[in-house]
Amino acid sequence: MKKIRCALIGSGNIGTDLIYKIQRSPLLEPVWMVGIDANSEGLKMAREMGLKTTHEGVDGLLPHVLADNIQIAFDATSAYVHKSNSDKLTALGVMMIDLTPAAIGPLCVPPVNLAEHATQGAMNVNMISCAGQATIPMVRAVSRVQGVKYAEIIASVASKSIGPGTRANLDEFTYTTSNAIEVVGGARKGKALVVVNPAEPPMLMRNTIYCLTDDAPDEAKIIESVQQMITEVQKYVPGYRLVNGPVFDGNKVAIFMEVKGLGDYLPTYAGNLDIMTAAATRTAEMFAEGILAGRIKLKEAA
Amino acid sequence: MNNDGFIDLKGRKVLIHDMSLRDGMHAKREQISTAQMIAVASALDDAGVPLMQVAHGGGLGGNSLQHGFAMHSNEEYWDAVMPHIKRAKVSVLLIPGMGTMKELQSAYDHGVRSVSVATHCTEADTTPQHIAYARKLGMDTVGFLMMAHLNTPEGLSQQGKLMESYGAECIYVTDSAGYMLPEDVKRRVRALREVLKPETQIGFHGHHNLGMGIANSIAAIEEGASRIDASVAGLGAGAGNTPLEVFVAVCERMGIDTGCDLFKLMDMAEDIIVPMMDQMVRVDRASLTLGFAGVYSTFLLHAKRLGAKYGLPARDILVELGRKKMIGGQEDMIEDTALTMAKVRGLIKDKAA
Repeated sequence: MKKIRCALIGSGNIGTDLIYKIQRSPLLEPVWMVGIDANSEGLKMAREMGLKTTHEGVDGLLPHVLADNIQIAFDATSAYVHKSNSDKLTALGVMMIDLTPAAIGPLCVPPVNLAEHATQGAMNVNMISCAGQATIPMVRAVSRVQGVKYAEIIASVASKSIGPGTRANLDEFTYTTSNAIEVVGGARKGKALVVVNPAEPPMLMRNTIYCLTDDAPDEAKIIESVQQMITEVQKYVPGYRLVNGPVFDGNKVAIFMEVKGLGDYLPTYAGNLDIMTAAATRTAEMFAEGILAGRIKLKEAA
Repeated sequence: MNNDGFIDLKGRKVLIHDMSLRDGMHAKREQISTAQMIAVASALDDAGVPLMQVAHGGGLGGNSLQHGFAMHSNEEYWDAVMPHIKRAKVSVLLIPGMGTMKELQSAYDHGVRSVSVATHCTEADTTPQHIAYARKLGMDTVGFLMMAHLNTPEGLSQQGKLMESYGAECIYVTDSAGYMLPEDVKRRVRALREVLKPETQIGFHGHHNLGMGIANSIAAIEEGASRIDASVAGLGAGAGNTPLEVFVAVCERMGIDTGCDLFKLMDMAEDIIVPMMDQMVRVDRASLTLGFAGVYSTFLLHAKRLGAKYGLPARDILVELGRKKMIGGQEDMIEDTALTMAKVRGLIKDKAA
């Protein structure tokens, strides 16, 4: 079967993990990996796995985009360079999956709104953050039952699973996730907290979701909705699991989740890495299906 | 040092940083009124305390289901106290991942001039943008390394060095669990002193869970610390912070210059702070457990409340949190842990599929 050819920008934890996910995909093929450091571990690994690489940033990739028929690019660099990367590549007709907190395109959480984005054929979709991917499905599971005036999420991640880019830019992570809890999760106000825990052995990613409902929570409906949503997420992240709850306390609903990764590039504790790369891969696959079936026409190169 | 090991601290200047209106918020479940804030801030100012922290217990961004909602926003508290302060500076706490630069800008706009940028003792590299932003605003900028007992002296000094490289002017050894003994404090302050620039100050923030707040603060000063966090009558999380008026009395005896008026502080402890307490802030079974097991002091009241809810001893929950290596900010894991323990003990039915 024909596959859509992809480029990965950023050779850190996320970019490297994406190689594994995309190589397993029946619809996608990883062709290029873009870095900025000739000696980076990620680029070395990409070459060993059969990808073409450049350490000259996106500019090193541009001359090859048309010849190599790159149609989808994943950007796992930083919010600050994403726009420039995106402008250069979309001008050549490449669709962008943005894994930085830049969020210049519509926000995507696969079980919540991927189908909608795929029909509209946006040229740039944003994957929010690992915390967003892990918690927004639960906020939505409550808000589709009844009005949520406030939702708050706490993501705890293992220190070893968080790369230097995220560490140096925690505020962007907080802002983007809080906003997405509202826009995609459906809460009228959202707040995101993140904790980096250095425990050894490293802890699995944990997420707690609190929702304040407008009226007394419909417990049976919320429990059912949460369980359905978990099943949806488990289709692409098998280690997404409810640990405790939902706990109802007045109008407060508390849901305690855990994410165990597949252990591709980083060990299984890095569920945060997996849920991000798995969501991005699933998103790309949905677009790839559309492109292959002719439903989505990528803009002609300018 | 003399031959008998005595270190003469006479004439040493120490900057006292009051915690009553920030760490003290934890002890009050974030319920301090603006009138109480004004009374405490005015009395601190009148007693010559040069720097006081005023905010939600979690600092910037602390108002949340996770950390409790205070009676007022931080902005309302700052606006209430500022007109009553003649000499002192007001500071705030910023824990990246919870507080943000937008909130720091707001603090500055409301008159706050000092910030402690805080992370767990191994995660200093989550602070560069906040420290740089504080310096850009011209604020007194502190790097605050929490749960410092969980890093080695050498490891901690490297983390302090990172924060200094981002622009921090003072690095704190923060004993969030009240776990450290004087020798632990000395080793860490000494390690920092060895790697930091001479002009970079060192501070110590203690909790009194093992009754070591004063002794640990003095130990820090002996190794070169020049800032000490304390709170009047110890109003703070766990068994409280280093009790400020007691610390000032000890400093007077030792000839350490704090610039504070001891009798005024004694009076405010007795007349203003103690009557505010919902429970006596002291070493008791649960707060001693924090110090003994090395658990984040703020977990205390949460563990007591959830222990009562699920029929578990608070001490058991705290020990389990220590075993699971939970750190500051993971207050959600207290209920999660209590639920799991209650299921294992057959106190509640397991609903999770």
